[in-house]
Amino acid sequence: MTALLLRDLKLSVRAGGGALIGVLFFMTVVAVIPFGVGPDLNLLARIGPAIVWIGALLSALLGLDRMFQTDREDGSLDLLLMQEHPLVLTVLVKCLAHWLGNGLPLVIASPLLGLFMNMSEVAIGATMLTLLVGTPALTFIGAVGAAVAVTLPRGGLLVSILVLPLAIPVLIFGVSAAYAAVEDPAPFMPPFLILVAITMFFAVLGPLGAALALRTASD
Amino acid sequence: MRLEAENLSARRGEDLIFRNVSFVLQAGESLVLTGRNGSGKSTLLRVVAGLLRPEVGRVRWHSDTSDSGMRPSEACHYLGHRNAMKAELTVSENLSFWKTFLGDFHGGHGLTVGEAAEAVGLGDITHLPFGYLSAGQQRRMAFAKLLVAYRPVWILDEPTAALDVNAESVFTSLIKQHLTGGGILLAATHQPLGLENAKELRMQGFAGVAEEVW
Repeated sequence: MTALLLRDLKLSVRAGGGALIGVLFFMTVVAVIPFGVGPDLNLLARIGPAIVWIGALLSALLGLDRMFQTDREDGSLDLLLMQEHPLVLTVLVKCLAHWLGNGLPLVIASPLLGLFMNMSEVAIGATMLTLLVGTPALTFIGAVGAAVAVTLPRGGLLVSILVLPLAIPVLIFGVSAAYAAVEDPAPFMPPFLILVAITMFFAVLGPLGAALALRTASD
Repeated sequence: MRLEAENLSARRGEDLIFRNVSFVLQAGESLVLTGRNGSGKSTLLRVVAGLLRPEVGRVRWHSDTSDSGMRPSEACHYLGHRNAMKAELTVSENLSFWKTFLGDFHGGHGLTVGEAAEAVGLGDITHLPFGYLSAGQQRRMAFAKLLVAYRPVWILDEPTAALDVNAESVFTSLIKQHLTGGGILLAATHQPLGLENAKELRMQGFAGVAEEVW
C-alpha cells in the first residue's frame, strides 16, 4: 500500500501529473478577483475567505476525474481490482495520494493568495486551517464521482457536476468557520468541528462508495 | 491446485457472447483459446480473471494451501491488451511497484526486478521511462511483470502481439518454465505458442444473439 501511495505521488509530480495544474488554476482564479472587484481593500478583505475557498473548491474539482481514469486507460485498474487487498483500502490510499498531490499544494498556496485579498493574519490562518481540514473531504467525495464516471472518456465535467452538491456543505462550513475566526460574535469551534466531522464521515463513506462503483463499472 | 470454470456464459450488452464453457485445469496444464476476432476470447479471460461478472456459472480455485474464501482472481496474473505500466515512470520503478504491491502468492517467489528484466532480454534498459520504449519492448516489460510476483495462474490475452520472433521464443520458454513449475496457463492467441499438450478451446462467438440463458 505504501508502494501505491509513493507511485501515485510520483505520478502527480511527473510530467502529465495534475499537481501543478490545480495550484496554477487556483492562483489564476483568486488573482484575477482583485482586478475585477477593484481596489476596495475593505471589500476584498471581507470577501477574501469565501473567494479563496471557492477557488480551492474549483481547483480540487478540476483534477478529480483523473483519479482512476489514468489507471483504467493503461490497464492498471484491472490489476488493482484483482488483488487480495480490500478494494476500499486501495481506494483510500489512492485518495490520500491524490490529496497529498493535489489538495495539499492548494492549502500551502492559500496564505499567498490571502495576501492578494488583503486578508488579516488571523483570517489567513483560519482559512488555511479550514482548507487543511476541508479539502480531504472534497477528495473523498470526488473519489465516488470519479469512480462512477471512470468508464466515460470525457467524464471531467460530469464528475464535477455529480460531486458539487455534496461538496457544498464543505464549502459552507469551511467559509463560515473562517469568517467566525475574524468576526467577533460568531463562535469558531462549532462550524469547524462540523467540518472535521464531514471530512471524517466522507473518509469512511467515500472509499466505500468508490470501491462499489469500481467493482460494478467493470467492462 | 486446480482452476475450474463451470458453465460460464457471458454477455456484452444484449449479446450473449458464449455459453456453457467449462474447463478444469490442473497444475502444469495449459488452455489456449483460439477463434476469430470478436469470438469472445478476451471476454472469457476477463470473466475468469474476475473483471467481468459471468451471466451464469462460476470460476473456482482449489488449493491445499490457500483458504476457501478467497476469490480465484487473487491467484491470477492478468496480462491484457494494455500493459498496466505507467509511461511516466522508469521501467524499474514500474516493476518494483508491482512487485511490492502484488506480493507473492503462497508457494512461490517472484524474481527481483533485475532478474525479471534480464529474463525478457532487456536487462540493460530498466533506467529508461517506460514511455520511451518501443511497442515490442513495452510488451516484453509487461511480461516481466508476471515474473516479479508469483501467481500460479497466468491469464494472457494476445501475449505475443507486437513481438518479434526472438521475443516469441523467449515468451514460450518462460511459459514452459512456469508450467513445469506447476503453474497454470490460460491464453488467447492467434499465433501458436509452441506448447506441447496444451488443451485448445475454439471459441465460436455469438452463441445466440438476444437468446435467453435461463
